[in-house]
Amino acid sequence: MATSEAALRAPMSGAHSHEGTYGGGIWSWITTVDHKRIGILYGLTALTFFVIGGIEALIIRLQLHGPNAGIVSPEVYNQLFTMHGTTMIFLAVMPLGAAFFNFLVPLQIGARDVAFPRLNAFSYWLFLFGGLFLYSSWFFQAPDGGWFGYANLTSLQYSPGLGIDFWFLGLQLLGLSSLVAALNFAITILNLRAPGMKLMRMPLFTWMTLVTSFLMVLAFPAITVGLTLLMMDRFFGADFYRVAAGGDVVLWQHLFWIFGHPEVYILILPAMGIVSEVIPTFSQKPLFGYPVVVYSGVLIGFIGFGVWAHHMFAVGLGPIANSVFSATTMIIAIPTGVKIFNWLATMWGGKIKVKVPFLFAFGFIIMFIIGGLSGVMHASPPADLQQTDSYFVVAHFHYVLFGGSVFGLFAGIYYWYPKITGKLMSETLGKWHFWLMLIGFNITFFPMHFLGLQGMPRRTYTYEPGLGFHDMNLAATVGSFLLAFSFLFFFWNFFRSLKTGDEAGDNPWNAATLEWSIPSPPPHYNFDTVPTVRSRDPLWAEDGYEKPPADHEPEMPAGSAWPICLAAGLLLLAIAAISSHLWLVGVSVLWIFIAAYGWSFQPVYR
Amino acid sequence: MSQGEAAALDHEYTTTGQPSRKMLMWAFIGSECMFFGTLITTYLVYHGHNVQGPYPKDLLSVPFISVTTFVLLMSSLMMVLALSAVQRGQKKWTRVYLFLTPFLGMIFLGGQVIEFTHFAHSGLSLSRNLFGSTFFVLTGFHGAHVTVGVIWLLTLWVQSLRGKLGPEHSLTVEIAGLYWHFVDVVWVVLFTVIYLMQGVHT
Repeated sequence: MATSEAALRAPMSGAHSHEGTYGGGIWSWITTVDHKRIGILYGLTALTFFVIGGIEALIIRLQLHGPNAGIVSPEVYNQLFTMHGTTMIFLAVMPLGAAFFNFLVPLQIGARDVAFPRLNAFSYWLFLFGGLFLYSSWFFQAPDGGWFGYANLTSLQYSPGLGIDFWFLGLQLLGLSSLVAALNFAITILNLRAPGMKLMRMPLFTWMTLVTSFLMVLAFPAITVGLTLLMMDRFFGADFYRVAAGGDVVLWQHLFWIFGHPEVYILILPAMGIVSEVIPTFSQKPLFGYPVVVYSGVLIGFIGFGVWAHHMFAVGLGPIANSVFSATTMIIAIPTGVKIFNWLATMWGGKIKVKVPFLFAFGFIIMFIIGGLSGVMHASPPADLQQTDSYFVVAHFHYVLFGGSVFGLFAGIYYWYPKITGKLMSETLGKWHFWLMLIGFNITFFPMHFLGLQGMPRRTYTYEPGLGFHDMNLAATVGSFLLAFSFLFFFWNFFRSLKTGDEAGDNPWNAATLEWSIPSPPPHYNFDTVPTVRSRDPLWAEDGYEKPPADHEPEMPAGSAWPICLAAGLLLLAIAAISSHLWLVGVSVLWIFIAAYGWSFQPVYR
Repeated sequence: MSQGEAAALDHEYTTTGQPSRKMLMWAFIGSECMFFGTLITTYLVYHGHNVQGPYPKDLLSVPFISVTTFVLLMSSLMMVLALSAVQRGQKKWTRVYLFLTPFLGMIFLGGQVIEFTHFAHSGLSLSRNLFGSTFFVLTGFHGAHVTVGVIWLLTLWVQSLRGKLGPEHSLTVEIAGLYWHFVDVVWVVLFTVIYLMQGVHT
């Protein structure tokens, strides 16, 4: 299989070992351009922020456990729910999706890396720095304007101090990171597919990554502009959101939600892609209606740009605008429903193996149906006027984003953990995690539907006794601690299996897609020779793919320190902006230039 | 992206047959369309909402900007000629056109500096009124894009002087050209929306 030269340099079998892929010192991780390592960095960072955001949620639930509680002050409470929302969306769920894009997309399409490996490293470091920048606000003043920071609450007049500045500068860094990553993945999927990997043969997860990438490329500019205008108002006294000067605060809402609604699909489509991989594997049956599932995902992407004003029914846009956005919102439920029927039809008649990834995927379907149904309810403006800004909406979006996205992403973690680490996770601990999480989740969020319909407002610091809110709030608080407790099983399983888990082998689930054709963990070059694909399910079909024998180890791009340098320059620029030091702005711009030039003139292969 | 990377990657197999770098620039331009589209929409939404002067009709000079617009459009022509010269391996003309393109861009930027200074002296600023806020942010972002393009093209020009920009690097020039033409097209829209349509709404 290997020539003597290749065998001398790095025996092919040796490169399959854990050390061959993930070994090396800290410096090799800092300068890495390997999509698998970057995926792992994304995943571990996102899980850390997920825990932090979860702790913030627990404090919120403690504060609301009974009437007139005083666990935290109202100011800190506002900071907690702002940071909880911002963290979960931008620092936990999105980057967990990015972790899977990174690790899996090149493997699924038969590529050795992404199209722009150094740009990929840059995305990760900028995400990390953006998250750290946002979190450093706790040492000064944390933002307290809610995750969608409505104007003119965010103006200097109503939000003096550094909190909002940390918020929009942090989001700008994170937005740039997401944009660069999305451009990279769009081009990787369009351009680096192995021969025979036609678009309509791509695994569903890769398809949904492609749709998500285009959503990010086209949706992020709107919030970039919205945040820039906010920056102009706060730093330079511009008039964009100043009513006295003729400014319109509703402009912010439009800009935010033109980004914000596609963002919802940016959060859910990767999870739908994961579920579309897991269900066929554990039913041992190809995905039912593959083209329809693909087109539904693409359709969701398109219609996702035409529904944003359903977040603004209560603003008073008028009956025509409300009717149009009500109709588009109801229409977008159709492709979503189509997907659910396709997943059910995939299971129908299959040889279902109830393993942990399957349980999470199944939990996703059920929870997402509940969240989807309450979503269709407030697609109707009259119903929405009753529900908006109440706990009903809090219940709805947690069913979609936690019951949906997070269940889906954890299905993905359990499903691909063996591929990423080479070890199997414990089924018993995984099932404890699943059932406790499912029960805790429902005890936490289901009562919120009733609380909302009874009139409990969203973002409320506390409530008076005698309003009938107490019992269900107490239940929600108890549920949230059960939910948090369930994750102890996950982390125990996660770390224990690294050491004591059984060897996974190449394809422990007998799955159909290309990433399962190579060793676990994959060697750093993924595929020693590029496969030719002949089927939608290459590992199941007779003669589904062909891979010529290897005669040498492929050359991979060398590591580079410029991506982290460039990201650090942008972090420095944000620090300069928030500390209002003009000289520091100059230093950071110079730094960015040096890093950009160093990057440009450094060869990829050395 | 570096010369070495360019040479290494341009000959790699790609699914579409198009170089990935070029597709990246097109996708980036798609994102930029949304960016400028949002800024232009903001400008139009706020048009005529000023609660105090100076107003657009007091300040905007169509003849002056027509001249700098013409200069910027000519720089696009120079860009086309520069790419053609690189592809044909005409070293001397590559240097000439790769200098003229950013040079004309700098003249445009100079015009913007003169215009901004004049407006500032007439009392317009970011914080004066909505016209000031929207005008300076929209044209300022365009000017920043032109500045990045000028630096990029001057870098290529220096590379050509060092003899490191042969026909094998024509893709590098082509991609810079895509960016440059896009920035020029944005200006055509801004010129229409800000200067030519100033009387439509008020």
